[in-house]
Amino acid sequence: MTRHTLSVLVENKSGVLARVSALFSRRGFNIESLAVGPTENPDLSRMTIVADAESQPLEQITKQLNKLIEVIKIVELDTAAVQRELLLVKVRAPLADRSQVLQTAELFRARVIDVNTDTVTLEATGTPDKLQALLAVLAPLGIKEMAQSGTVALGRGPRSMNGAGTLRPVERTA
Amino acid sequence: MSTTTSSAGRSTPAGSAPAAFAPGAGPDQAVLTAPTESAARATLGVETTARSMAEAAAEPVSGITGAQSLVRSLEAVGVEVIFGIPGGAILPAYDPLFDSALRHVLVRHEQGAGHAATGYAQATGKVGVCMATSGPGATNLVTPLADAYMDSVPMVAITGQVPSAAIGTDAFQEADIRGITMPVTKHNFLVTSADEIPQRIAEAFHLASTGRPGPVLVDIPKDVLQAHTDFSWPPRIDLPGYKPTVRPHGKQVREAAALIAGARQPVLYVGGGVLKAHATEELAELAALTGAPVVTTLMARGAFPDSHPQNLGMPGMHGNVTAVTALQKADLLVALGARFDDRVTGELSSFAPDAAIVHADIDPAEIGKNRRADVPIVGDAKATIAELVIAVRAEQEAGRTPQLTAWWAQLDQWRQKYPLGYDWPGDGALSPQYVIERLGAIAGPDAIYASGVGQHQMWAAQFISYEKPGTWLNSGGLGTMGYAVPAAMGAKYGCPDTTVWAIDGDGCFQMTNQELATCAIEGIPIKVAVINNGNLGMVRQWQTLFYEGRYSNTRLNTHTGDGSAKQVRIPDFVTLAEALGCVGLRCEGKDDVDAVIEKAMAITDAPVVIDFIVGSDAQVWPMVAAGASNDDILAARDVRPVFGEGQV
Repeated sequence: MTRHTLSVLVENKSGVLARVSALFSRRGFNIESLAVGPTENPDLSRMTIVADAESQPLEQITKQLNKLIEVIKIVELDTAAVQRELLLVKVRAPLADRSQVLQTAELFRARVIDVNTDTVTLEATGTPDKLQALLAVLAPLGIKEMAQSGTVALGRGPRSMNGAGTLRPVERTA
Repeated sequence: MSTTTSSAGRSTPAGSAPAAFAPGAGPDQAVLTAPTESAARATLGVETTARSMAEAAAEPVSGITGAQSLVRSLEAVGVEVIFGIPGGAILPAYDPLFDSALRHVLVRHEQGAGHAATGYAQATGKVGVCMATSGPGATNLVTPLADAYMDSVPMVAITGQVPSAAIGTDAFQEADIRGITMPVTKHNFLVTSADEIPQRIAEAFHLASTGRPGPVLVDIPKDVLQAHTDFSWPPRIDLPGYKPTVRPHGKQVREAAALIAGARQPVLYVGGGVLKAHATEELAELAALTGAPVVTTLMARGAFPDSHPQNLGMPGMHGNVTAVTALQKADLLVALGARFDDRVTGELSSFAPDAAIVHADIDPAEIGKNRRADVPIVGDAKATIAELVIAVRAEQEAGRTPQLTAWWAQLDQWRQKYPLGYDWPGDGALSPQYVIERLGAIAGPDAIYASGVGQHQMWAAQFISYEKPGTWLNSGGLGTMGYAVPAAMGAKYGCPDTTVWAIDGDGCFQMTNQELATCAIEGIPIKVAVINNGNLGMVRQWQTLFYEGRYSNTRLNTHTGDGSAKQVRIPDFVTLAEALGCVGLRCEGKDDVDAVIEKAMAITDAPVVIDFIVGSDAQVWPMVAAGASNDDILAARDVRPVFGEGQV
């Protein structure tokens, strides 16, 4: 299996997320993460979908996505694209361990966003690999709770998905 | 409400009118964000009465209700008939409908409304329209919507919804029909304001009828129907993500032509898309030019005349030996509006192993979905085939004309050796194939045939000769038992001067025969041939072949087919037909078949049902068992054709 990151511009209308997610499940495609949010254009939302697929099913995924009336454009982002996730993690940090937690946070450039006598809550952003590494280091200290976003991503360079000089969309035609 | 110039009653001209939808309407379709005339264009081809009604309805008006706006929109878009049933949430719409020149056919079950809309669309090429209330009314439309989705039928379904404020509260007769129908519609809408109604209706008809056609559902809450609004037409269509590719890519077309010119064993594999695109004339031209054999799938029967010597007939699980084997042995398949369905390919990995594939379809997602295409062509079948003709002609003018003599010699040998046929039942019972064969011969190629699903469907596909587009209606993709009677009703409504036969099984017939009451009351005189073998015949056939003849739950007792003295007919289809306001006839012997069909043909003022009592053990042959390779086709039980490997 290979991971593919799809950036999907959709109309900002109710039910679009349901259509997209239902399409993945009904066609037997696997979503690893899905993030959706507003764009610079209030009529459009951007979905960043990380999917596990061989190249053949990926073509079927994008073709089926393109058939959804409210999907405007799909771009598959290459590995050079900026890909980020957000992690919030609450770690056990009694006085004896606290400095180790803070040191780890510093190493990973995570921010401390809450402290109390028992725990420290960290905020970290980065690639999925970096966040996995952070979690691996924190795990022995005791992770009480965590929340992690899906991947959001943008292609590098001057081009954008809208307007002139756009990123090449995934083929609409065969 | 609008003034109308329509005469009362049905005013449809004979035969199939040109399509109200135009998949090949041109590249200007791509510009949809600008205010367009697409909605107005959807009225093209609607006959004069409907058009004048449409023109009258298109006048702007203010201070009307959402329901009035809905009815005016339907008039303006050129609808002539709606099949439906009222109920609480849709009730506001039925009030202005009462005054409209739009005809409403009051069906007995919403499933009947949906299939009637499909039958109407399949026979006329126009968009079929059905209407239902919220909750159970809407969920009863799910099967016909799924059916139309699988067979790419242009249909618009309008459903009432509980008032906006009640949505999400498990209100009486509430169902999330938009959520429920997402996987079985091309698109669907929940209208949130009365001002949106004209735009949503225009968009629904545009979506249903362009690109790859399909069903679109418009769900309208009751308070939206009751709200006040202004009406103007045509509305702005705003579908920025919808840009079907109509024109094929020239380079791809030329590559396909080059493959055709070089092929020694080509087959034109024709699917339902050719009928949807009204591309049968172009297909005839391509066939004449290439001299290649043609196979027409279950969805494409009638796209190329069965009487034409180049037509090998139907491929697939119950296709004839020559059509199936031609695909297997071909060196080139030119798939036109076909989707390599499992019922055609059999085991995919061994399907047409040596064939290069040209795959032309308007839906890019079909290309490469099941079988890799060597030359993919995205485009409307009409435009694509027309351009293929030009490109193939250029190849031929350059001296590249395929030599197909050896291929035809081989095909003719198979045709001669393995013609379609059937045996008479050993017990003296009537042969169902004979009944269907005679029905086709007597009613002829001008009649429309709508079938249910099962053995009778396959026999009707095999033993009736289809010469014209739009004369064979069936549920191909979804396999919906109960399709025949309501679909025939819709077809007959759309083509009142054409004889319309429903060919149904006794199992299928019991699912939707209540629509015969609709036919009788609304003056829609269809004819129904019930091929009554007393069983769920196709399932029984599989039980015979694959479950050692253990007939678990397939006997319906619609007649005693086991030779027992006690006569059981539950129900008695003759008296049932009479109870539903139809003429009921019965036929139990070979000698009476022609006479009873002719008697039914002579009755034109009422629906007729003929109960043909046939043997229980007749089977559909040839057959490729589910999941088996097409190479393992059986011409008849235990009869495996010998193809003479290496001859071609």
